Amino acid sequence: MDSGFIITVAKMVGVAAVILTFILIVVMYPMIYGLRRVMAFMQSRIGPNRVGPQGLLQTPADALKLLHKEDIIPRGADRWIFTIAPILVFVPAYLVYVVIPFGKDLVASDLNIGIVYVSAVTSIAIIGIVMAGWASNNKWSLLGAFRAAAQLVSYEVPLVLAFCVPIVLAGTLSLQSIVIEQAGDVRNWFVFRAWGLGALAFGIYLAAGLAEANLTPFDIMEAESELVAGFNVEYSGMKFALFFLAEFAAAFTLSALAVTLFFGGWQAPFSFLAYPVFGIKVPETLTLLGRTVPFAAWTEHAVQFAWFFGKSLAMVFALIWVRATLPRVRVDQLMNLAWKVLIPIGLVNLVLAGFYVALK
Amino acid sequence: MTGQGVAFAVLAAITIISALLVVTIKNIVRSALFLALSFVGVAGLYILLNAEFLAAVQVLIYVGAITVLMLFAIMLTQQIMSAKISQTTEWFWLALPMALAMLATLIFFFAMRTYPVNPAPDALAVGTTMPLAEALLKPYLLPFELASFILLAALVGAIVIAREEKPGATD
Amino acid sequence: MQPINCYLGVSAILFCIGLFGVMTRRNAVGILMSIELMLNAANLNLVAFSAYGPKHGLTGQVFAVFVITIAAAEAAVGLAIVVNLYMNAKHVNVDQVNLMKW
Repeated sequence: MDSGFIITVAKMVGVAAVILTFILIVVMYPMIYGLRRVMAFMQSRIGPNRVGPQGLLQTPADALKLLHKEDIIPRGADRWIFTIAPILVFVPAYLVYVVIPFGKDLVASDLNIGIVYVSAVTSIAIIGIVMAGWASNNKWSLLGAFRAAAQLVSYEVPLVLAFCVPIVLAGTLSLQSIVIEQAGDVRNWFVFRAWGLGALAFGIYLAAGLAEANLTPFDIMEAESELVAGFNVEYSGMKFALFFLAEFAAAFTLSALAVTLFFGGWQAPFSFLAYPVFGIKVPETLTLLGRTVPFAAWTEHAVQFAWFFGKSLAMVFALIWVRATLPRVRVDQLMNLAWKVLIPIGLVNLVLAGFYVALK
Repeated sequence: MTGQGVAFAVLAAITIISALLVVTIKNIVRSALFLALSFVGVAGLYILLNAEFLAAVQVLIYVGAITVLMLFAIMLTQQIMSAKISQTTEWFWLALPMALAMLATLIFFFAMRTYPVNPAPDALAVGTTMPLAEALLKPYLLPFELASFILLAALVGAIVIAREEKPGATD
Repeated sequence: MQPINCYLGVSAILFCIGLFGVMTRRNAVGILMSIELMLNAANLNLVAFSAYGPKHGLTGQVFAVFVITIAAAEAAVGLAIVVNLYMNAKHVNVDQVNLMKW
């Protein structure tokens, strides 16, 4: 076995570990805290503000609490399936971040089938949810899991149809190429292009993505008042934490993909806001601790990452706003919306986008 | 032992062992989960064969949809199984030699021949999505359209067959 | 890189495992799962020849796409029939579904 192979695999595992840790700590913890504070503000209450200054340590405290809880496996449940189900839901939620471009060279791996990979990987989580409902040995969990699987499978179709419009406009499946295709100004972003077809595609993507990520108004699967919280009612402790983290990762993935596909990714809205910002230049190289680092390149990447992150956070804020405002839809209204409204509109949108590209 | 050799060995082992577990395990739900694992193994083998779009489609359709369908069907047709009922039919001792004979035939007469093919697959520079799409829309357009008809027929047929009959309704 | 025979061997083994499953499984859904294994084995064979083939084309992969499509349609209809069987007979053992046997 040649050592180059082992080194490559070790490097890939290292990169994956760094990305996962970064996303968990830098993105998820503030996002959970932000969700609770912002939603509380919209509901005229305060939210967590006791643990640590302004309640900032609330999420680590919750994580510690969940780690300390007893790991219960219900009697009659299938032990192996009960344990593996949260893993099958958690891992695909974070595998998506492999292809999302955070900056010009800040992609873990720019697959040339980027968007199809995203769809394929998010469809693995459905098996995890059905397994979780089945292995709980609880008929309400099973019913909740069936409803959840029906919702997820139904909304995959309009989601993929909405994905197809930026693919058709950009002519490529790779996410980094789609971002680069939107270079230039705000007017080049796909949400403003193609005479409103991009905006329609964004609308369909938002509706289908909200259902895929189980956010209100489509959060029947995990609302506390519906079937006693659905498929994860028998889970406690770290396994529940895995489900919880997977759900938040799905919400951030929704925003990150929307920003990448429709809002220009890591690019700034106007060219004077990209590096060099307002014309301020930084030195090309710096000598830190005896090594010369390409400081200008780092600053450029940092600016791109800041734009991506800022846009994603704005989108997450919009999702929280929707969550605090809209009521939940019923299950039959949910399926109606998917099959009778979103899929026809999505198909028409795709055909019109094809005409737009052909006539250009 | 190159990296690709290791990858091939691992993926082939995952696929074959999962397939063996699919046909032998008594618990049908675990059997379905090992089927999903074997599909993922086959998707990995597709990636080794430079068919990356097909690998993503395999995971999306087989693991994401067909496995969920099998799990639904299993859970909807659960029967009270006593531990004494064996999971295999009475044809076990006839089926095993037949399957082994078929395996021997396939391997000795087909898998061990030398074929006039390239020694290694050459990677397409542009990836397989564009040539696949052009092939589906130019030479193979008719099967593509017929496949959509077949899917429509299957959709309508499955709904009609699995619908519960309402007592007293004559349409 | 492996010679093509490795992939053909894996495909043959997978096909025979599926064949064994079809012949010995008692649960109807188990039989359908074994049929999916056989279809996957055929797909692997097609894609292997398309990758190593003398002609540089993607015919094998196109064929494999169609096989995946038809397999999905067949699984849907087959499982609908199995569910219907369960609603009528309250079990899915194929051994006991022999009303029409002479």
